[in-house]
Amino acid sequence: MMRSEQQVLPDVEESGVARATGDSSVRNAGPAVVLRGLHQSFGTQVVLDGIDLTVKSGETLAMLGRSGTGKSVLLKLIIGLRKPDSGSIQVHGQEITRLDLEAINQVRKTMGFLFQHAALYDSLSVEQNIAFPLKRHTKMSASERGNRVKKLLSSVGMERDLKKMPSDISGGMQKRVGLARALALGPSILLLDEPTAGLDPITSGEINELILKLQEEHDMASIVVTHDLQSAKTIADRIALLHGGQVLIEGSFKDLEKSDNEFVSEFMKRDS
Amino acid sequence: MSHNASIPHRLIGQDAPPAPSLVRATFAILWSPINGFLEWFGELGLFSWQVLRAAFRRPLEGQELFRQFDEIGSKSFPLVALAGAAIGFVLSLESRSSLVHFGAQSMLPAALVYSIIHETGPIVTGLVVSGRVGAGIGAELGSMKVTEQIDAIEASGVNPYKFLAFTRILACILVLPLLTIAADFCGVLFGWIAETLAEPVSFQRFINQGFAGSTFKDFLAPTFRTVVFGLIIGTIGCFQGMRTKGGTAGVGLSATSSVVLSSLFVILADVILVKIILVFFS
Repeated sequence: MMRSEQQVLPDVEESGVARATGDSSVRNAGPAVVLRGLHQSFGTQVVLDGIDLTVKSGETLAMLGRSGTGKSVLLKLIIGLRKPDSGSIQVHGQEITRLDLEAINQVRKTMGFLFQHAALYDSLSVEQNIAFPLKRHTKMSASERGNRVKKLLSSVGMERDLKKMPSDISGGMQKRVGLARALALGPSILLLDEPTAGLDPITSGEINELILKLQEEHDMASIVVTHDLQSAKTIADRIALLHGGQVLIEGSFKDLEKSDNEFVSEFMKRDS
Repeated sequence: MSHNASIPHRLIGQDAPPAPSLVRATFAILWSPINGFLEWFGELGLFSWQVLRAAFRRPLEGQELFRQFDEIGSKSFPLVALAGAAIGFVLSLESRSSLVHFGAQSMLPAALVYSIIHETGPIVTGLVVSGRVGAGIGAELGSMKVTEQIDAIEASGVNPYKFLAFTRILACILVLPLLTIAADFCGVLFGWIAETLAEPVSFQRFINQGFAGSTFKDFLAPTFRTVVFGLIIGTIGCFQGMRTKGGTAGVGLSATSSVVLSSLFVILADVILVKIILVFFS
């Protein structure tokens, strides 16, 4: 994907975020995320049955699949919210399945996560939601933090809603704030769980454009779970289709369109 | 010839229920709730261990702790004070009619103070707080759990056991004795008001008579018993909230179970602690 020279968000080094999270060893070169032989079951239901995937730095991978195929579970495994039954998860070369809580928290600081329903802390204002990770993981002064929050909110078009509570803003606005919070620490990996789910086509389009713009500004690897084929086409460099607990096909949007596989053809037809 | 002798042998075998399966079924019915109870205790133990480990890790989360002091302490104060006042007033009215009957109304201040400080104040505070705060914590954390807010906290590299559970449990532990003192004070004050309405007596005289036979030790042990009540209310509220499953119905269930279980364990702890206090502090 072409990276534009336009810079809307402040540079992470300039804002002191990277200095504060401070673990440069975590952000090394090479693939951002490598999954090998990943298995996850819930009782007798096998959700992931040997997933192999690699996401390069700066690349955007969209994960498609029917509901209940374990796409969201996969994101939670990558950020360490769940432990897989077996298999390997490497984030910037670190095997996170073997890390203790302290070490995994260091890795988590290099990742941003946008939850399906934004998961904003409802007792905190929009401003406090975004300041939450900054307050805990950076040594920024209150004014530096305030500036960073304003710049993040302005980059998602929400600079006027600083003092509002999450319950006072719409679903689309909550997604924008969630995205700003995910970007607060200047992550090198962005995980997006259904960023356009439940939004009208215009707001979905705006969110897609926003993601695209933010990806162009930062050299981030992104993994986007979505049902929205149009969204995947717009924002992803590569698409992986999950079916039966495995990656059925992996490639560009055109590769999926050309596929002879019956399920892939059906999926592309039904969703388009 | 016996009655059974006329029935073909194989039919007796077929009609009789197989004994081992009946035993197994009965055992399964009896074992299921016991197993559930043991599982719950096991999970509570693991949760408490996680909170204890988080307690000694940085950062202190001072701001959240002070927010919880306000939520649990300041906002419970009016209800606790009102409950203490009502209990003191009613105790005074009820005791008076009984004591007058035996010609011992001069004993009223001492009986009232002893009753409020030793038992009524601490247990009423414990139960009122377990109702208000237990439900609040269970519902708040339950709703955070089902809306993935707890996952979001964890994903941002913050330990939810420290940020959410430890701060609430510590606030409950520290605030309960203070609320008990408030309930005791309001109980004695309104006990005096009730007594004064029947037979005017100065507050100073009422207090002097009330505390005549009591020492500081009598006040200390029952009040600090509520530290254990705070631990129970905070731990059960956080545990039930953070293990919520099943959407809004699950949140309601967590709030209800937090109140029921914390009230139950507060009463059980009270019985055990009273016995311990009588053995070691009398």
